Amino acid sequence: MNATSANVNDAVIRVRGLRTVLNAKTIFDGVDLDIPRGRITAIMGPSGTGKTTLMRHITGQLAPDAGDITVDGTDVTRADRPALFALREKIGYLFQNSALLTDFSVFENVAFPLRQHLKLPEELVRNIVLTKLQAVGLRGAADLMPSELSGGMMRRVALARAIVRDPMLIIYDEPFVGLDPIALNQILKLIRTLNQTLGITSILVAHELAAVRQVASEIFLIAAGKIAAHGDPATLGRGEEPWTKQFFAGEADGPVPFHYPAPDYAAQLGLEGAAP
Amino acid sequence: MNAVRRTPAMAADALAQVGACGVFLVQILRAVPRSLRYVRETVRQIYFVGAMSLVIIMTCGMFVGAVLGLQLYDVLSRFGSAAMSGTVVALALYRELGPVVTALLFAGRAGTSITAEVGLMRATDQLDAMEMMAVDPLAYVVAPRFLAGVITMPLLACVFNALAILGAHVVTVSWLGLDNGTFWSNMTASVDVWTDVINGVWKSLAFGAVCTLIATFQGYTAPPTSEGVAYATTRTVVFSSIATLAIDFVMTAFLM
Repeated sequence: MNATSANVNDAVIRVRGLRTVLNAKTIFDGVDLDIPRGRITAIMGPSGTGKTTLMRHITGQLAPDAGDITVDGTDVTRADRPALFALREKIGYLFQNSALLTDFSVFENVAFPLRQHLKLPEELVRNIVLTKLQAVGLRGAADLMPSELSGGMMRRVALARAIVRDPMLIIYDEPFVGLDPIALNQILKLIRTLNQTLGITSILVAHELAAVRQVASEIFLIAAGKIAAHGDPATLGRGEEPWTKQFFAGEADGPVPFHYPAPDYAAQLGLEGAAP
Repeated sequence: MNAVRRTPAMAADALAQVGACGVFLVQILRAVPRSLRYVRETVRQIYFVGAMSLVIIMTCGMFVGAVLGLQLYDVLSRFGSAAMSGTVVALALYRELGPVVTALLFAGRAGTSITAEVGLMRATDQLDAMEMMAVDPLAYVVAPRFLAGVITMPLLACVFNALAILGAHVVTVSWLGLDNGTFWSNMTASVDVWTDVINGVWKSLAFGAVCTLIATFQGYTAPPTSEGVAYATTRTVVFSSIATLAIDFVMTAFLM
């Protein structure tokens, strides 16, 4: 399925003919997709299908074996380091494991991108950081160290850091993991607000279908190195294609094997030929 | 036989590591001008690798000097030259023992700490996070540690030498009864600032650069697992010790 829909006139990210082989395993085999500007797009798929790898390609952290990737006019596969850094200044990235700087307090973690790139008065830095921490509900935790936070709190601090410069594009890699229902709801609201008020393009890598349905306007389903399905959440949820049906219904049987390739179970347990 | 068969592959692997380390050194040197804006981070690292190493350097310096004084007084007495104890202690320290033992202690104390810290930053995606925030980890994390190692190693060697001479003085003068004036006057008359002291400083600078390069390289390239960081830390001590002794031999041959 070709995911370069005709109605996407202003794509902030264009991927063409992406091919990636890691450790002799083909991760992507001819992926084409367009991420529309100013919308929330979800990238979904079974574990290990390369969703995070795709984000690493898009941000220029990992070079593909073949294909072209253009982000806001920058060809990231050919861009040099200064060009990549210039592009990354416009991108907020929420890492799967938060990746907070462990020697810095919560406040200093969120202030880090501001201090590195902008010469702002300390008072303004303080106000911006506290505003972002308030948005994720952790203004009171500003002086805590990352080691004093729970996994969900670390994720919210990382989210505050990702949005502190009001980037053009935000990539959320598994933003809902470890969040309680209250925090999850607030983060969903925040993602939607950032998109609606500031027009920030958002890419959401997630497994939580119910949460994704609430905010995403488009879903790309990646499986077996290709875009297996693509469309709006409602249409995709009713899809009858084997990939879509199995993934959204959570069935063990289908084109995506639940079990990692293994020898015969009974033979491995030494039960072959045993009396029933 | 397996070991014999594996030798070429191991040699090729070691050569590749040396090459990669050389490339890493070039990358660090190119990042140094950009790291100058992180002066506060460099000062913080000087405190961590320098000031925090003072206790072990001073303690070991005192004992090394004491043992050196004891041994040399005993040996030189047999030839009627006990008066030269202070001179030989000072020459041995300034030319060889000071820079070399300081580098070995530095590798064990500060080198392992740098490797573990940078390795854990790699394992917990902190270096990737910096990359994604358009902050060069080579300029922000690696170069300040490298500069701190190069700056502090000669200073630590000076402290080591001072404490070692004090230790030798305590043993030979206060304990064994060598004349205080003889100890100091023979030493000051025989030790040359340029050929003895400054050559030792050159060695310390080289050891500082090599030990910190190895420590940062091992941390930066460590596999992102607890076992990977543990092995990298061990390799830092082993490779730094070998490199220190090998470079010492080469530099001694050229500087003599």
